[in-house]
Amino acid sequence: MDLVLIIVSAALVNNFVLIQFLGLCPFLGVSNKLEGAAGMAMATAFVLTLASVAGYMLTAWVLVPLGLEYLRIVAFIVVIAGLVQLTELLMRHSAPMLHRVLGIYLPLITSNCAVLGVALLNVREQHSLVESALYGFGAALGFGGVLVLLAAARERLAMADVPESFRGAPIGLVTAGLMALAFMGFAGFAQL
Amino acid sequence: MLTAVGVLLALLLGIGLVLLFSARRWKPDEGSVVEQINAVLPQTQCGQCDYPGCRPYAEAIANGEADINQCPPGGEDGVRALADLLGREPKPLDASHGETKPPMVAVIDEDRCIGCKLCIQACPVDAIVGAPKMMHTVIAGECTGCELCLPPCPVDCIDLVPRRRPFIWPVAGKPNTAGGSDDSAARARAHA
Repeated sequence: MDLVLIIVSAALVNNFVLIQFLGLCPFLGVSNKLEGAAGMAMATAFVLTLASVAGYMLTAWVLVPLGLEYLRIVAFIVVIAGLVQLTELLMRHSAPMLHRVLGIYLPLITSNCAVLGVALLNVREQHSLVESALYGFGAALGFGGVLVLLAAARERLAMADVPESFRGAPIGLVTAGLMALAFMGFAGFAQL
Repeated sequence: MLTAVGVLLALLLGIGLVLLFSARRWKPDEGSVVEQINAVLPQTQCGQCDYPGCRPYAEAIANGEADINQCPPGGEDGVRALADLLGREPKPLDASHGETKPPMVAVIDEDRCIGCKLCIQACPVDAIVGAPKMMHTVIAGECTGCELCLPPCPVDCIDLVPRRRPFIWPVAGKPNTAGGSDDSAARARAHA
């Protein structure tokens, strides 16, 4: 039950994008088209889950036994950068079109603070290996779901009769704000 | 201090090795992007896009050097197909590269032809047969209607006439039936 709660908490109640405001750059950057957003959601999900697990292993098996906790952020960033590079290699091989669509936003997953955030929050919450993996997966679900939802909304908005001064980014930000308001309805749904 | 340096170095080395081997294992397949773009282009080889042919234009699109709206023979449908393929917004055809025309085929007025061979050199698809000081003719099934043979002709004996059936690029190994109803094609084939 606790494990389900972790996923629900990370995905909805403490949604990384809309409640904790992490990873806003790709959230607004690649939500213009549904297809690209779905690809980005999958790539980030892959990185988030793996980074969460790798972060746990690094902390529990290397940094804590050697008394090197102060290296945490540097070590996490190195691992995340490596994972993103791996994702890019895989994607360029298997989905070259998607790789082209995502463009600069794919390497920018490295600097997506949601990824580093998940790894650091795992340490703060003292999660076990399984809990870390589920927390990362839940965060990925939340990030991907919200990204796809916003992309779907923005695709419809592109067709809508929006006032001149609100076209493009402004209406996207307003939509994201409304989504964040809606997600506040989950508050208190699950405590963790 | 030394352990910290050692741990970080080991981490970097490990990630570097993993990335090295995965880069060897999953080689990027850049060519397939160009192939997919090339398959959408009409293969008239007309050069109206400012590139020497359809494949160079496909490479330029893949590299981000050329826009997707420079191909008049492909028309609005072609731009839309490219936009779908690349996940970009469709845009109107760039009029500075020419306008869309119905499928045409070149016809040589054989009474006026002086056998100068200049049109043979200009033809990008080798659809003109002829020898020095001999009458030339156009293989209608191969002609893409690109108009490149018009400027070099010193006696203006080449005309473009609307094609009876739309041009279909021949598949290697199969006889081309598109435009085969034009009797000049049969004559040219017998000639060759």
